[in-house]
Amino acid sequence: MNFYGFIYKIDEFCSYDNPWKIRKEEETSEKYGVYPDKRNVEQLIKNSIINLDKPPGPTSHEVAFWVKKMFNVNKVGHGGTLEPLTWGGVIPR
Amino acid sequence: MSYTTNAGKEYVCVMQVHCDVDEKTLAEVVKKFEGEIYQRPPVRSSVKRRLRIRRVKAIDLMEVKGRLALLRIESEPGTYMRKICHDAGILLGCGAHMRELRRTRSGIFTEKGLVTLQEVSEALYLWRNCKDESELKRILLPMEFALCGMPKIIVDDMAVNAIAYGAQVMAPGVVAYQKFNKGDLVGVITLKGEGVAIGVAEVSSEELENMEKGEVTRLKRVLIPRDVYPKAWK
Repeated sequence: MNFYGFIYKIDEFCSYDNPWKIRKEEETSEKYGVYPDKRNVEQLIKNSIINLDKPPGPTSHEVAFWVKKMFNVNKVGHGGTLEPLTWGGVIPR
Repeated sequence: MSYTTNAGKEYVCVMQVHCDVDEKTLAEVVKKFEGEIYQRPPVRSSVKRRLRIRRVKAIDLMEVKGRLALLRIESEPGTYMRKICHDAGILLGCGAHMRELRRTRSGIFTEKGLVTLQEVSEALYLWRNCKDESELKRILLPMEFALCGMPKIIVDDMAVNAIAYGAQVMAPGVVAYQKFNKGDLVGVITLKGEGVAIGVAEVSSEELENMEKGEVTRLKRVLIPRDVYPKAWK
């Protein structure tokens, strides 16, 4: 049984190698949910990661706030602060 | 986010030494910081200033030019680079400080595929004003990529909404899984690849193999909204 291609793409993203063990044969119904690689932009904006090159100067919190304003979304997080001079990844959610 | 970036960081920093030292002594001093070190967070820091133990996986002296030294450091989260530079200065006997710092890796996220704020702004402009969404689609990575680097469990369609409403992952709903140990952080996804939740394994994958019922994980965070999948319980 082969899974939907995107499932393998997740592990390819960071070269993670851990083989799958199948417990039961099962299919997914097209009626529910959306394949992550088929999301439209509106859906993508709500559930994505941006690997952002933060400019030196503003803090991670400031940059996260700017991104939030740019996308007009409610929730934006970042992957950790440093002293003001480095970058953090930002997820608009 | 913190679950995925807690896996270790990598930095490149410029250290300025306050006296002339030869490269060999400098390299020796820097090497002393490899392994477990004691560190008290600096005055300007965002955590409580108490002595902590942090593991430095690797530290390399990449280049020396005059009194400036370029270091590459791989360490646990919560290790202060400024402090490493300062402490190296104390060991050298004449002091040193950090001039510049850049984080090159945070968990599974590296400098590969980095985008700038300008690129984000341009992509948004193209999408809003020119109806061109290709740039935005390139920049926005599906959040499921954050689950790379941890073992994953695929659950069937019927289990998804129960989890969205707060249920745990139960053995009968598991379609497939990758190898994991009890206590590992695991990602739960659908057969379409959508992220459902992140949790801590209650059993090992070997135990799961022969399980017919019971809890597989204790969930920490649910990712999928309610009612995307049908309600399958009474």
